[in-house]
Amino acid sequence: MDPITKMVVINSMKVLPSDVVIKLYGSNADVMIKETCFGIIVSGERSVVEPLLSSIRRMDPYGIFIKERGLAPGEPYRCRATRRGGARPGFHTLESEDKILPYIASALKALDKGEVPKQKQKKKKLDVEKLKQIIKEAEVSQ
Amino acid sequence: MKVFIYPSNSLILSDLVERFGHEPLAIMSEIGKRVRTQGLDSPPLNITPEEPKLGLKYAAVEVPSGVRGRMALFDPLISKADAAIIVRDPVTSFGCMGCARTNELINFLIRAKKIPLLELDYPSTEEDAKEFVFKISEFLKSLKEEEK
Repeated sequence: MDPITKMVVINSMKVLPSDVVIKLYGSNADVMIKETCFGIIVSGERSVVEPLLSSIRRMDPYGIFIKERGLAPGEPYRCRATRRGGARPGFHTLESEDKILPYIASALKALDKGEVPKQKQKKKKLDVEKLKQIIKEAEVSQ
Repeated sequence: MKVFIYPSNSLILSDLVERFGHEPLAIMSEIGKRVRTQGLDSPPLNITPEEPKLGLKYAAVEVPSGVRGRMALFDPLISKADAAIIVRDPVTSFGCMGCARTNELINFLIRAKKIPLLELDYPSTEEDAKEFVFKISEFLKSLKEEEK
């Protein structure tokens, strides 16, 4: 017995959480599924959940992101329903990363096309000697 | 290879590491182990008196107890790590003394471990994201070559 819970975050133009849920129910696998605002949570045996979710990822490889979740859906210690609301632990990281998922999706597409991004030139910090020289010049001009 | 990620609950890093064929070492798996234990001693996380002892490996008694408690969760991850990907100054990594000091300590321990390490910044534009994903994919590919 090796139970695992995985979180599927959907940021796709083609796939909706409800489409994924229908596909998961259709698979007839022995898992617990919860549809959420960001995607779905799937809980079950590791040997069942992992192959199932790798098939789900194929629905939109650039729009579906998966990570493990410590707590099962509806866990009474962490569920907002029993804790009377508030952000659940991990929400803020998810919220901040969700904003950049479209960029990551287009970066993954570019990577698959074989695009090599240009290396950005880092701005060098101002040299102390140069700063001293600027100060001197400013003093002279005054 | 087992790749430690920081922020340790990052969706993007966890997904990319798994996508490129490695195992992400994330805090969620450690929390999962503790909440699934039968008969919780101290809900919501099963932090027993044994855990802070693990934390003592990294931090002295006078250090905030939160650091030791958190280090107890991070200990198995750091000891198992074969490589690491660290995002510098993530937006969500602020917090109380316990959180902030733990984050600093984790970053220090990972650097001191002398394992292959990739340090990045979170992307804020599409171009940055392309560089971010490209660097991660190249880093993870190089790990696969090392494995061979």
